[in-house]
Amino acid sequence: MLNNFITLKQILEGYKKKEFTSREVFASFYDKINERDPIIKSFITKLSLEDLTLNDFSMPIAYKDNFSTKGILTTAGSGILKDYIPPFNATVVEKLRNSGFVCIGKLNCDAFAHGTTGENSDFFATKNPYSLERTPGGSSSGSAAAVAAGFVPVATATDTGGSIRLPASFTNTVGIKPTYGRVSRYGIIAMTSSTDSIGHITKTVWDNAFVLNITAGHDPKDATSSCDKTADYLSDIEMGMAGLTIGIPKEYLKGLSGGIKDCFNSSIKTLEKLGAKLVGVSLPHTEYAINAYYIITPSEISSNLARFDGIRFGTTRESFGSEAKRRIMLGTYSLAAGYYDDYYLKAQKARTLVIKDFKRVFEKVDVLAAPVSPGIPPKLGEVVNDPIKMYMMDTLTVPANLAGVPALSVPAGFVNKLPVGIQFIGKNFSEKLLYRVGHAFEQETKYRSPKR
Amino acid sequence: MLYESVIGLEIHIQLNTKSKMFCSCSNDIWKKPPNSLVCPTCLGLPGALPVPNKEAIKKVQLLGLALNCTLNKNSHFARKNYFYPDLPKGYQITQFSDALCEKGRLETSFGEVAIRRIHLEEDTGKSMYTKDETLLDFNKSGVPLAELVTEPNITSAAQAVEFCKKIRELARLLGVSNADMEKGNIRLELNISLRKEGEKALPNYRVEIKNINSFKFLKNAVAYETKRQEELLKAGKEVLQETRGWSESGKKTVSQRKKEMENDYRYFPEPDIPPLEFDEKYVGMLKQELSQVLFYKDKNISEASFEKSKITKEKITYSMNDENELSKLVKEVIAENPAPVSDYRMGKENALQFLIGCVMKKTKGQSNPKMVLDIIKSLLE
Repeated sequence: MLNNFITLKQILEGYKKKEFTSREVFASFYDKINERDPIIKSFITKLSLEDLTLNDFSMPIAYKDNFSTKGILTTAGSGILKDYIPPFNATVVEKLRNSGFVCIGKLNCDAFAHGTTGENSDFFATKNPYSLERTPGGSSSGSAAAVAAGFVPVATATDTGGSIRLPASFTNTVGIKPTYGRVSRYGIIAMTSSTDSIGHITKTVWDNAFVLNITAGHDPKDATSSCDKTADYLSDIEMGMAGLTIGIPKEYLKGLSGGIKDCFNSSIKTLEKLGAKLVGVSLPHTEYAINAYYIITPSEISSNLARFDGIRFGTTRESFGSEAKRRIMLGTYSLAAGYYDDYYLKAQKARTLVIKDFKRVFEKVDVLAAPVSPGIPPKLGEVVNDPIKMYMMDTLTVPANLAGVPALSVPAGFVNKLPVGIQFIGKNFSEKLLYRVGHAFEQETKYRSPKR
Repeated sequence: MLYESVIGLEIHIQLNTKSKMFCSCSNDIWKKPPNSLVCPTCLGLPGALPVPNKEAIKKVQLLGLALNCTLNKNSHFARKNYFYPDLPKGYQITQFSDALCEKGRLETSFGEVAIRRIHLEEDTGKSMYTKDETLLDFNKSGVPLAELVTEPNITSAAQAVEFCKKIRELARLLGVSNADMEKGNIRLELNISLRKEGEKALPNYRVEIKNINSFKFLKNAVAYETKRQEELLKAGKEVLQETRGWSESGKKTVSQRKKEMENDYRYFPEPDIPPLEFDEKYVGMLKQELSQVLFYKDKNISEASFEKSKITKEKITYSMNDENELSKLVKEVIAENPAPVSDYRMGKENALQFLIGCVMKKTKGQSNPKMVLDIIKSLLE
């Protein structure tokens, strides 16, 4: 029966009924890893099963490699940190550990999370389990691929401009980008401090809510983490979406490829069928979001990556990959005296307008529904050398990051046999509602059939 | 032709908080083994985050209030980006616009000195150079510093020294810093330029002078630099805008960095720390605390010196001169104020002033303070 160990919920129920032991569960995941990861290539570091300390209720987890793990290599996908072993755990790692999760390895990603395909990893590119010639999306490429391939029931990830939702939508998995400040950033190697959101990727919405119940909450070590009380993200999950008003933002429907548009239209029908009231809405400053994001992000990156100065981390700044170098240069430029007002400050003003757009629209609707990506997963090599094309893959995810609002990506079907996602965006701290909507949609559609 | 010095000061004051500025490491770093007081945050390890120290913020604000500054209700931290081996993050967390305190003043015997701002920032680590290597000690990394910047309206070395001494005294009175120059608790930088006497406009250049570790150096550096600039100007030459360092051994300033080599620090708001907001209630509480501190520590320095001069100038008679009666009152005061009494026994002379004040209060100002002082001393020793 071990082949059915797919979700955390199934594992937990099995433990309660004593149907299997934790060692059997872990062994079955390791079997899948050993069989397919040499092809998929999602792990940068794999711990050996023999070295793990398990108890009766241990659950497997793998971390995106920008999560600091005490005593375990943490590279952030970058050659600069190829030998870096942190002396401390990220708060999220600590919380999950204390809740029974046991780390089985660290997952590949674009170096310092800069990218939308995973190909900016300084080590290797991860493949999409649904089509080995395509990317699983990025920057959390390893996290999405590992969950999709059944190597782990949950993988943590970070979403700075779409890095959880995009790969989740490309791999038929569920990804949460929590409200900025809902989950501690302490110990996560920073990309853009003001938009980094710490989330995770799972097979199901229920599993996803279960994990957020553990990771959410104030952290005295992160001054930007919210003191607002957390909710029980599972308590309303079965309530369905009847009576909810869901907004469809027209700006998110521009420039979609044909298949994606059809897929989204059929998702809308499902929402209506489930009793939601749909209304067309507008977030007029959406078109400025991507430009503002690609100024603010490099600005913060140029500062956040300054600590890798070659003095304490082994390699010199020469060994930054080309995308990191590009962002360092762009950011240094937009913060420079004489350019600051025209670039950084202007981008922050645009950001304020994007925030206001969301505030205004959430006075009218409970949740927004939108496609995650304007297209299907690109082929490996297709966009990696064209930065603008790569950046444009973020157009539908970036606004939520600039505004700080939460968004949940849920499988929404297939286009050319490739997975496509839908995202539900809510107002700040509305994750509970997003899970409720996402769960209802998932239970109705069941697009996530056990893969292969 | 006569020239007048235009001097501005930057004073870094190490705050004596319990922990460092952005982490929980001990701030008591004097003579501790290298790199023994460090953590992921003050080492700038990837992923570690800064959390501002409320005590440090309060201490800067107390200092600001005592110097008649305006406290900004909205303030924030900023990143100052530059590379240096002892700066582990590649940027220093400091303040740029909206400093905690702005627009203060302090009286000196040469006139009032205007204070532009006092802001809060973190110190860097320490580089130590041996013959063929640089050693880094990060104990000092993240130590909280108040940086006080004056307007350039100081006109002489004597005024600069008096100002700095008063700041040192005030920092001690308020208990915000140990203010020990020898331990580097107070560090001075100055900018200086000359203008023709009688002119009002600021000169079109300024020379910054670093590496001033004592009041003596301050005096010497101002004297040397005034002379150097005066000679250049008299010879019809321009004074270069640059940063110079004081060399005590050579008794001169030495050029360190020309203007065109100045860094662009690319300041921007620190995204890891939300903006700071202070409401009326908080500021009111600070003001109350300041008045208590000043009462306990005996007035602030300007008032204290003013009062002393009043006592010597006026002839005052006291009606309450019965020694037995006074002894009784002093005993009462001693019993009522155990904390100042023990402070005095620990060597804090200020506590004595407080005790005298208490006796004076009981006698409605009619006892001779000198007599009261003698009685207190005899009873406590």
